[in-house]
Amino acid sequence: MANVISDETIEYVGILAKLELSDAEKEDAKKDMASMLDYIDKLGELDTSGVEPMSHVFPVNNVMREDVVTNGDGSKATLANAPESNDSGFIVPKTVES
Amino acid sequence: MAKEYETVIGLEVHVELATKTKIFCGCSTEFGGAPNSHTCPVCTGMPGSLPVLNKKVVEYAAAVGLATNCTITQDCKFDRKNYFYPDNPQNYQISQLYLPICRDGHVDVKLEDGTQKAIRIHEIHMEEDAGKLIHDEWEGVSFVDFNRSGVPLIEIVSEPDMRSAEEVIAYLTKLRNTIQYLGASDCKLQEGSMRADVNLSVREKGSEEFGTRTETKNLNSFAAIERAIKAETARQIDIIEAGGKVVQETRRWNDDKEYSYAMRSKEDAQDYRYFPDPDLVPVHISDEWLEELKSKQPEFKDEKMKRYKEEFDLPDYDINMITDSKKLADIFEETTAICNKPKKVSNWLIAETMRILKEKEMDPEDITFSPENLARIINLADEGTINSNAAKQVFEAIFTEDIDVDKYVEEKGLKQVNDEGALKATVEKVISENPQSVADYKAGKEKAIGFLVGQTMKAMQGKANPGMVNSLLKELLNK
Amino acid sequence: MGLLEYTAVELAAKIKSGETTATEAMEAVIAQIEKSEDELNCYVTFDKEKALEAAKKADEGIKAGKLTGPLAGVPFAIKDNMCTEGMLTTCSSKILGNFVPTYTADAVERLTQAGAVIIGKTNMDEFAMGSTTETSAFGVTKNPRNIQHVPGGSSGGSAAAVAANECFAALGSDTGGSIRQPASYCGVVGMKPTYGTVSRYGLVAYGSSLDQIGPLCKDVTDCATIMEVIAGKDDKDSTSVKREDTSFTKALVDDVKGLKIGIPRDYFGEGLDPEVKEAVLAAAKVLESKGAIVEEFDLSLVEYAIPTYYTIAAAEASSNLERFDGVKYGYRTSDYEGLHNMYKKTRSEGFGPEVKRRIMLGSFVLSSGYYDAYYLKALRVKALIKKAFDEAFSKYDVILGPVAPTTAPKLGSSLSDPIKMYLGDIYTISVNLAGLPGMSVPCGKDKNGLPIGLQIIGDCFKENNVIRAAYSYEQARGKFE
Repeated sequence: MANVISDETIEYVGILAKLELSDAEKEDAKKDMASMLDYIDKLGELDTSGVEPMSHVFPVNNVMREDVVTNGDGSKATLANAPESNDSGFIVPKTVES
Repeated sequence: MAKEYETVIGLEVHVELATKTKIFCGCSTEFGGAPNSHTCPVCTGMPGSLPVLNKKVVEYAAAVGLATNCTITQDCKFDRKNYFYPDNPQNYQISQLYLPICRDGHVDVKLEDGTQKAIRIHEIHMEEDAGKLIHDEWEGVSFVDFNRSGVPLIEIVSEPDMRSAEEVIAYLTKLRNTIQYLGASDCKLQEGSMRADVNLSVREKGSEEFGTRTETKNLNSFAAIERAIKAETARQIDIIEAGGKVVQETRRWNDDKEYSYAMRSKEDAQDYRYFPDPDLVPVHISDEWLEELKSKQPEFKDEKMKRYKEEFDLPDYDINMITDSKKLADIFEETTAICNKPKKVSNWLIAETMRILKEKEMDPEDITFSPENLARIINLADEGTINSNAAKQVFEAIFTEDIDVDKYVEEKGLKQVNDEGALKATVEKVISENPQSVADYKAGKEKAIGFLVGQTMKAMQGKANPGMVNSLLKELLNK
Repeated sequence: MGLLEYTAVELAAKIKSGETTATEAMEAVIAQIEKSEDELNCYVTFDKEKALEAAKKADEGIKAGKLTGPLAGVPFAIKDNMCTEGMLTTCSSKILGNFVPTYTADAVERLTQAGAVIIGKTNMDEFAMGSTTETSAFGVTKNPRNIQHVPGGSSGGSAAAVAANECFAALGSDTGGSIRQPASYCGVVGMKPTYGTVSRYGLVAYGSSLDQIGPLCKDVTDCATIMEVIAGKDDKDSTSVKREDTSFTKALVDDVKGLKIGIPRDYFGEGLDPEVKEAVLAAAKVLESKGAIVEEFDLSLVEYAIPTYYTIAAAEASSNLERFDGVKYGYRTSDYEGLHNMYKKTRSEGFGPEVKRRIMLGSFVLSSGYYDAYYLKALRVKALIKKAFDEAFSKYDVILGPVAPTTAPKLGSSLSDPIKMYLGDIYTISVNLAGLPGMSVPCGKDKNGLPIGLQIIGDCFKENNVIRAAYSYEQARGKFE
């Protein structure tokens, strides 16, 4: 049992999750994640061979809409909460190296 | 002795589907419009918004799968592909990984040497397009416009079955033609409604194992694809020859500078953490639905070519040209049904129509003239009511606007003059005014008659029957 | 008897008959808020003028005969993770601290269509992640029954507001017990409907496959009435279910004769506070005395529910919360170099520790090489848990048990040990995993006067069995003081 989470793992998950943790937070995260994983490992006690993973509780399917335009000009509402924007859209730090 | 190498290519082709609305919301997919005008909470990833699938997307995707000999996954699902980028409003893209809608297909392509080759399709899946980033060179910022965010795409993933640029182009041409026949997309590479990413590796000839592949993006034309394939092949061979190792990476092609560069970033872990999207329920394509989709499949190019050969006995060249576009083929069939002159219809389509399309930088899909009008022009010319010059003039007119042909001929006074008396007077006048040409002709310069015909046509404002003018001239000159 | 003593349904009747008005009711609520809010901190957003204006408008509508719904004129509180057009919606997080939606959640829309008047938005655990309302970025909410204690969570603000008469009823959301547990701690009624019964459109997602909106209110009659209003198929939510049987008030019948009640032995073992156990079993006796058939049974798999839940919820949350990136809305860090630094600083500064903990865990269990071992495994165990409940409901109409192992813990005593905190969800969590309806009804108090909740769980789409049992119990119990 007893999972050990390495610095590399925390670093890697931080990149995936776009979170930058302080050194103290990293230490906490390593401990928290290890103990949670220990706990989750308990599921290994159960034999689930042949059991289909259940994403949806009910067997509902084919919820679809017809191909009909229902929305008008949404630019004002879309930009209403933007931290930074102008007529060209949301403003973000440049995404390409020039 | 220099080693011989083989290029191994697989393609990931993204095609924007021709739906009216986006894949998960009721926003329009129309091009243009102010930035972010075709947006709503769903396609901008607002908190609490939820996706609802557009049925038409499933139908188009399945139709393309059927047309490319795929097995349709009758119970398919959507998954989330997680990665952060500003054009991706939720920072996950809704796509299909585990149960894509189509699998295990193939298309047969004809190569220049006349052989045929099957290119296998690994899968086709449905997904949403990203928004657009516009870069400001001066301010060091980018602008995000979500108008394209959520436009439906299918991604067609081939097996690594292609060995040359020629095969790649043949495969793409076949795919494009098939999808256009279905009306599922206009497949314009320049406008981005069809995008091909090239997965390429090289290996020593005869080797069974694949080399390390790279993925090249940003290829906006067949020419660019060809150039990129050649450049990437050479680059990889150079690395190997120098004793190096090809790195598996994504590269961006710059067609102006004709080279590619790696899109590497330490912030890109390339670990997309796919999992089934809990906001969407599975799609079940019942046997009945599948049958209905099958019954709606059109007659594709290959079948059409065979039929045209038998039914209309046209030259292969004509048939190939006409069936390159479903629109042209439709016009051909409808016009022929009216006037029953297949070769004449074909001539109009592959000569005059193609010329104007090229001149106006249009696609056959943009044609607006009606088969009725084209048939009418052909009949008027055949009857001798208008001469071929006039027919071309009328055709140009209906190409621009599908006006009433008879009225136009009447109004513009284009009816051919077949009155021999009137013609004779003009011809005599031309002969008397151009003694030098007459002398040339009589001296054996056959060509001089062309000038005289031209002068006569000009004097008759183009309405003379050129055949009659010719024979009258000869008759008078040979007297 | 003051106006505040009325239930939502009673108040609506008084307003309808002209005995009082929406404005008077709102004024009474405002007076109460002004009296106790400084101490309790139930609300994140409360705008007195706007609330009064809305009440006046409701009165006009009622007078004109346009507003005739079952909740016409009743002041309501909304948990701050439901979008309300033109009204701040923060999820009690700094990262959404300034977010004003341009659309309204379907459940809130249905509520206002039925005449409810929105007072404001209630405090919660940040993004509904927590069991105490202490992870809120806007301060803790205190339990009105005893301000040394937490109100529970994550819908702690809503539960406390109902208990403190700072509203007549409220909406909450329940992903792993977030309605039932605070209802239990605060001594009010709370219900999580069958998954898909209430639209999730406009509910800021935590664990999409588990989240459901439901009522927190004063009694079972209010609960059934509100449920009837907010339930319904919504074309904007693909997981919303079309149901024919949402006449929940029909089940307000004081009769449990022949009702088969199962008591899972596994819910009464180690870790359960004896006082809670006693109160819950006493409630079962009450129902038995009214003619219900009560039987003990082994549900099984109970101890696997928490790891299953935390794997699935964390995974979904890690993805759901990716959209908070400083680009489109909410908080953006003031100082950054380049895009990825902006993302990282915005999210690190914008999210609190519990949210970050779950995002990290969720990103990990979905990451390459771990997906099968953790995420898929959890989905398989979920299927087993669902099967265990299917078997139970082949024998019983409802299952009865505690809501939480203890009564409300003291403020500041929970967050230091996450796993211990997660263990508190043991009786509520499997209900979400299996998509079942569950209700918390007050059934007693401990020696410190803190309320104890009785949990009644029904089979999917069988809310009416739950409501009938709860209503019958409530009739026997009498008013809960």
